Amino acid sequence: MKYTQRSTRHHDVVIDVQHMYKRFGSFVANDDLSFTVRKGEIFGFLGANGAGKTTAIKILSGLSKPTSGEISVAGYNVYNQTEAIKRNIGYMSQKFSLYDDLTLAENIRFYGGVYGLSRKVTRERMDELLEQFGLMDFKKSLITSLPLGWLQKLAFSVALLHKPSIVFLDEPTSGVDPITRRQFWELIYQAAEGGTTIFITTHYMDEAEYCDRVSIMDQGKIVALDKPQKLKQEYQAGTIYDVFLKIAR
Amino acid sequence: MIVNCQNISKSYGGIQAVESVSFDVEEGNIFGFLGPDGSGKTTLFRILTTLLLPDNGSARIDGFDVVKDFRKVRNIIGYMPGRFSLYSDLSIEENLDFFATVFGTTLKENYHLIRDIYVQIEPFKKRLAGRLSGGMKQKLALSCALIHQPKLLVLDEPTTGVDAVSRKEFWDLLIGLKEKGITIIISTPYMDEAGMCDQVALMQKGKILSCDKPDEIIRKDGQQLYSLKAENIYQLLKDLRKYPETDTVFPFGQDLHYTSKEKDPDLEKLKSYLKERGHEKLVLAAITPGIEDVFMHLMEKENPLNEKL
Repeated sequence: MKYTQRSTRHHDVVIDVQHMYKRFGSFVANDDLSFTVRKGEIFGFLGANGAGKTTAIKILSGLSKPTSGEISVAGYNVYNQTEAIKRNIGYMSQKFSLYDDLTLAENIRFYGGVYGLSRKVTRERMDELLEQFGLMDFKKSLITSLPLGWLQKLAFSVALLHKPSIVFLDEPTSGVDPITRRQFWELIYQAAEGGTTIFITTHYMDEAEYCDRVSIMDQGKIVALDKPQKLKQEYQAGTIYDVFLKIAR
Repeated sequence: MIVNCQNISKSYGGIQAVESVSFDVEEGNIFGFLGPDGSGKTTLFRILTTLLLPDNGSARIDGFDVVKDFRKVRNIIGYMPGRFSLYSDLSIEENLDFFATVFGTTLKENYHLIRDIYVQIEPFKKRLAGRLSGGMKQKLALSCALIHQPKLLVLDEPTTGVDAVSRKEFWDLLIGLKEKGITIIISTPYMDEAGMCDQVALMQKGKILSCDKPDEIIRKDGQQLYSLKAENIYQLLKDLRKYPETDTVFPFGQDLHYTSKEKDPDLEKLKSYLKERGHEKLVLAAITPGIEDVFMHLMEKENPLNEKL
């Protein structure tokens, strides 16, 4: 009953998590998580190492099933529609992005294939993307010939190749130089403006300030969730970094 | 001077990983190398720890040459590589015993040095190192690097990928070691850690862009920086980009950081330009740059064609 009410009120909800639990034996990795993310929102998913973020992201991206809870992503449920979820989301992390031993074009074709795009569509998107970054000349180069900072920006665009409604970014800017880090965030803003929902984790607390809303996890629970400005007011802190120290310590 | 490094260079194939790097570290200091992935920090550290030969230049640790006297150097340094490289199939206790024995000492003899760190993992001392959490592995690696009472501790990106709270705790441990008289060289991609260092070197593409006390680096840079804020930050950023006098504008936490091409910019003109474009609750203030601002400024100077979006 309650559930129906909520869904009609927020018709633009793209991630809906209600009472999500994930247990590994006696260990509760996700302990009653409830939150929603709206279309086009930049949602920061923060927490200490081991707080349960990765577990939650795996469930939301259809790679793992929750123990219990009502959870839908892009309109599909995480129990038996995981393939549909995977087709409707993008994923990128610092550790895994593009293949070193493939050329730029091969990488893009590979991802186009994985996401089930036709050759024609893949080719069109590839040209758009290479045009946007001014990388036409590098089409047939191994990606290792590109500067490191470029690769993260490219990997982000490749994660958007199939125009997913949600993209999960797991520490995408880790180890990236400060200018590229900011250019990366401009790509995020652009994508969000175009209606893509951004679900992001980061250890750079200044980046938390760029999010529309942030949640902070501690020991499997979400202990704070609001706009950065509101959280700072609530915890009487000057920055999200200070909020984080107060909560997660 | 416990570390003296002169014109160290190293290339792999056609890639210049470290280019003519020189610096000195004073005894008892924490010396930080700040820079992104691929800036040459690890290569430099591997040369300092005698694990890699430089193509050119020389480095001395406590008077010993890192090439000629490598055995002596190895006895006076403790090294914690970026990747976990202890024995996964040995327990916490066995790992510590192993490293202590290699250096001809015992856990008991130097327990005082590692106590603050080791007590946090001691309850699990029978557990295999491969089965520890990230934070526990890090504490074990630090304990192993300290077990032979080194004069110099070399830590390669110990806080990368570590959350803000754990990073702060780790730095508290380092400050404790500094108080015991141990010199520390540390690398990090997090610019905010500069404040914890006595000296820092900003690294980019194998070169040191600037090297000094953090306050001095900021003072020497001398750029006039402004912070700006409005209701719609992203729109503010786009509008500032179009303003003819703008030199650089970057998001910085909840604000934008702005520099002008003009030496003495007309701020009223800038404000009215932004108000005409409908920006509300506009706040503009002159601010002192931080290390990250200076880093970005030096990057731009070094490579003015730095790919803009």
